[in-house]
Amino acid sequence: MRPTRAGTKGQRMATEAQGGESGGLVFHPMDQFIVRPLFGDGGVGLFTLTNVTLWMAIAVAAIFALLVLGTSKRAIVPGRTQSIAELAYDFIRKMVEDVAGKDALPYFPYIMTLFMFIVFANFLGLLPMAYTTTSHIAVTAVLAMLVFLTVTILGFVKHGAGFLSLFWISAAPLPLRPILALIEVISYFVRPVSHSIRLAGNMMAGHAVIKVFAAFAPMIAISVGVGILVTPLSILAITAIYALEVLVSFIQAYVFTILTCVYLRDALHPHH
Amino acid sequence: MEGDIVQMGAYIGAGLACTGMGGAAVGVGHVVGNYLSGALRNPSAAGGQIATMFIGIAFSEALGIFSFLVALLLMFAV
Repeated sequence: MRPTRAGTKGQRMATEAQGGESGGLVFHPMDQFIVRPLFGDGGVGLFTLTNVTLWMAIAVAAIFALLVLGTSKRAIVPGRTQSIAELAYDFIRKMVEDVAGKDALPYFPYIMTLFMFIVFANFLGLLPMAYTTTSHIAVTAVLAMLVFLTVTILGFVKHGAGFLSLFWISAAPLPLRPILALIEVISYFVRPVSHSIRLAGNMMAGHAVIKVFAAFAPMIAISVGVGILVTPLSILAITAIYALEVLVSFIQAYVFTILTCVYLRDALHPHH
Repeated sequence: MEGDIVQMGAYIGAGLACTGMGGAAVGVGHVVGNYLSGALRNPSAAGGQIATMFIGIAFSEALGIFSFLVALLLMFAV
């Protein structure tokens, strides 16, 4: 899926809506996902600095500020910033230990990195005028493919051909096993697809919904009669949906990391 | 009234694809409802199963997101 093409179509629809009769959407809710170069109006190449790279860099800087600068004092009684950093660390460490097992702890830094990046990208995307980097499949697909390749290579390195026993369920009756093996192989290779689309789809849908309701808010300026009814309702709805989106942003980062832990457990213990 | 019949088909298809989200909604509701009914029967075991519940929600929700993706592809890519 090419975001630029969707972008041009979105822009066209937006201009149509502006030129059309009053009461329509002033901007297209998908406009926020257009990838634009930071400097100039040229096309987006492989190494162009775009708003996506800017917001990714901001996310990394924010994580650095929280985890490195926030804990630099190493106070015995932690301050607010250090408390949040410690909370995040403990939360992910406990998740890795509970879901993937004690022997998955060497891979904890990777999972912590994934969680912090996704949760910061999601939360920063909720700021007005911000760009949600995780709403692009290009971004999440890279994260998901890395998880998939890491887990697959790790499984083969740790267990050799024994990793294939993940697909051969010895608990099932013998005639069923080839059918189950086929299903298991398919579901194994669908993992990176669903892993990436779940995050990107949730972020895209959620942020588009916020924009749709935000477009109803200036109705009072367009049509006085209906606007008086619609505008307060719309502002209430944005507030509620925004709160829901904060929750969804966190839950999606949590789900991404916990599924990574599940895949890691499969790689470390492929025997059912 | 302008536009071609292919675009009309794409838009109708996008709308129809969104009915798949209802299925995901039923699935997620089923998972959480069953988790709650189990948790109220045995509250001491509830805390340990929250992660499992979220994994179940994620798997169920992914299929709804797939239908959303199909709708988006029909709207913007076809």
